[in-house]
Amino acid sequence: MTEPNKYVKKFTEKKYKYGFTTDVHTEIIDKGLNEDVIRLISSKKEEPEWLLDFRLKAYRHWLTLKMPTWAHLRIPEIDYQAISYYADPTATKEGAPKSLDEVDPELLNTFNKLGIPLEEQMALSGIAVDAVMDSVSVKTTFKSTLMEKGIIFCSFSEAVREHPDLVKEYLGSVVTYRDNYFAALNSAVFSDGSFVYIPKGVKCPMELSTYFRINAANTGQFERTLIVADDDSYVSYLEGCTAPMRDENQLHAAIVEIVVNDRAEVKYSTVQNWFPGDSEGKGGVYNFVTKRGHCKGVDSKLSWTQVETGSAITWKYPSCILSGDRSVGEFYSVAVTNHFQQADTGTKMIHLGKDTSSTIISKGISAGKSENSYRGLVRVGKNAENARNYTECDSLLLGDTCGAHTFPYIDIHNESAVVEHEATTSKINEDQIFYCNQRGIDMESAIGLIVNGYAKEVINKLPMEFAVEAQKLLSISLEGSVG
Amino acid sequence: MLEIKNLEASIDGKKILKGINLTINKGEIHAIMGPNGSGKSTLSSVLVGNPSFEVDKGEVSFMGKNLLEMEPEVRSREGIFLSFQYPVEIPGVSMVNFMRAAVNEHRKYRGEEPLTASEFLKLMREKRSLVEMDNKLTGRSVNEGFSGGEKKRNEIFQMAMLDPKLSILDETDSGLDIDALRVVADGVNKLRTSENSSIVITHYQRLLNYIKPDFVHVLYNGRIVKSAGPELALELEEKGYDWIKEIEE
Repeated sequence: MTEPNKYVKKFTEKKYKYGFTTDVHTEIIDKGLNEDVIRLISSKKEEPEWLLDFRLKAYRHWLTLKMPTWAHLRIPEIDYQAISYYADPTATKEGAPKSLDEVDPELLNTFNKLGIPLEEQMALSGIAVDAVMDSVSVKTTFKSTLMEKGIIFCSFSEAVREHPDLVKEYLGSVVTYRDNYFAALNSAVFSDGSFVYIPKGVKCPMELSTYFRINAANTGQFERTLIVADDDSYVSYLEGCTAPMRDENQLHAAIVEIVVNDRAEVKYSTVQNWFPGDSEGKGGVYNFVTKRGHCKGVDSKLSWTQVETGSAITWKYPSCILSGDRSVGEFYSVAVTNHFQQADTGTKMIHLGKDTSSTIISKGISAGKSENSYRGLVRVGKNAENARNYTECDSLLLGDTCGAHTFPYIDIHNESAVVEHEATTSKINEDQIFYCNQRGIDMESAIGLIVNGYAKEVINKLPMEFAVEAQKLLSISLEGSVG
Repeated sequence: MLEIKNLEASIDGKKILKGINLTINKGEIHAIMGPNGSGKSTLSSVLVGNPSFEVDKGEVSFMGKNLLEMEPEVRSREGIFLSFQYPVEIPGVSMVNFMRAAVNEHRKYRGEEPLTASEFLKLMREKRSLVEMDNKLTGRSVNEGFSGGEKKRNEIFQMAMLDPKLSILDETDSGLDIDALRVVADGVNKLRTSENSSIVITHYQRLLNYIKPDFVHVLYNGRIVKSAGPELALELEEKGYDWIKEIEE
């Protein structure tokens, strides 16, 4: 009976084109989690004492916590002792590499294959990339070009070494290690990620992006991204992620913290395409992410745009704390689930300042036997005069074995607030599909067209290069979902 | 071109077509008329492979091939076009993207390269002027917010884009005022050649003042009960359908 399995594998491989593994020498520490492991990670990164303390406090707090169960997800028990918390694919057999020339060319090839060339002369114009594989940043492009404007864009580890004061000031200032179970875990064991600082009055001239890749087996990826936009600055930041197809599950627990000062604007876009597991629900990434931005400054603005197509389980609520007067928070999301994928995703908009406003547009698309939930909180504090929120959350069902759910929470403590919530659930319309068929367009392409039309409002918010990728991804993710 | 033999079809177990025989040669326009519920729209749905209908019996060949074995999209690529009675709206999908997907699928089927963006836009412009369609409409999402007349004109525009061998116009005149009717009919007439054929399904004779059929068939109770030249349409206009029913009963 090996035949059908081979077929199924081939079919899913076709659909998930990032499922390859890279064969490089990777230094992986022993599985398991304890204070010695945390000390080991910290020493490998040559961290200062205060950061090790931060990690240990987080770890000790994590030990007191239990896995949260409120999400509409069936999460198999995770054995945290069966995971390795640090994998370094850049390490040569003689130790850490000193420059990019010493990095295994296989590694650079991997990013080429993923469409992310790391040689600056070949790179996409206008996009600077920090490429992270497993626990280590491989390369950050255009660093010196950006530095000329005073912009700091580097790996988190480098930021700790080169800009310790900035890191110390902002690390954990938006998402404390006490925030939740996975935030505590991340704070204890986080490895790499990106650091961005945009100085006062600077509009970042290129898109900044981080590309996350999990390669090594039985490891978790725990990255941390910190973005600080000082007064009157602007930056658009992109995040992409993929992982090889493996039969076992991989854990990914990240934190993104964003600080937005007076009149600054940050756009944060994600195309999340972690391996979703195969069509029978085997394998896939468990994606538990805490993303939050603090609109501290007056007239500041933060936009989250996400296209979520990957991961076996997604648990993610990019949020905005709107404490600056007239600050603006936005959340645009498309979440697609197929086969046995589960997603519980949404946002929190916390209005604290006066005249703050927020917009939430969420489009869920479910197929196969998947479960897709929107969970969103709109809170208006008692001093938040004239707060406004508009929420629209739509669900589209393909077939009748999938589930779509909406869990809105509205918590208002100021009578001047105006909060609107609209929600719809619809099934993909057979008349629309037939109309496409009659014009010569087959079933899968028709679904791709219709779904992209449905998600257009969100896709349009993405930067151009990402939008094109995202459109393709939406169609591919739903292949084999109908018929 | 099209040969229908003893075709029987049903929906939800209810028999609608009870043995249709019809032959259409290239260059011909056939009008199919009949009272409501006689099976006119069922016939067009079955020809384009609408999955809601069940073919119980009979054969249909198109250009020598077994039509009933083909998927709906293949029938389209083989050259059958249906102008829908009720065109659906597809929000968020621009007419440009929709038509480009369709045209390129047709080209791929014929072993041709897809059109470049500029070739495609040129084709759009050309065909749009043929059916006097507003530039604004092709910039919008498929049929979204179109008036009844605009939707029908959009159907004829798509027909022009896909250049079918056989076009089926299902109640294209319903819901059109006289000016819109004239524009739509003009479009159909401009697209007419000695190589392609049409089936014009209509309840009223009115449309046939503008699109001149070679043959008129009367469908009643799932069968073609009378076939003749264009004069039959005028006779129906004058006498109504009751006398047909009497012949039947």
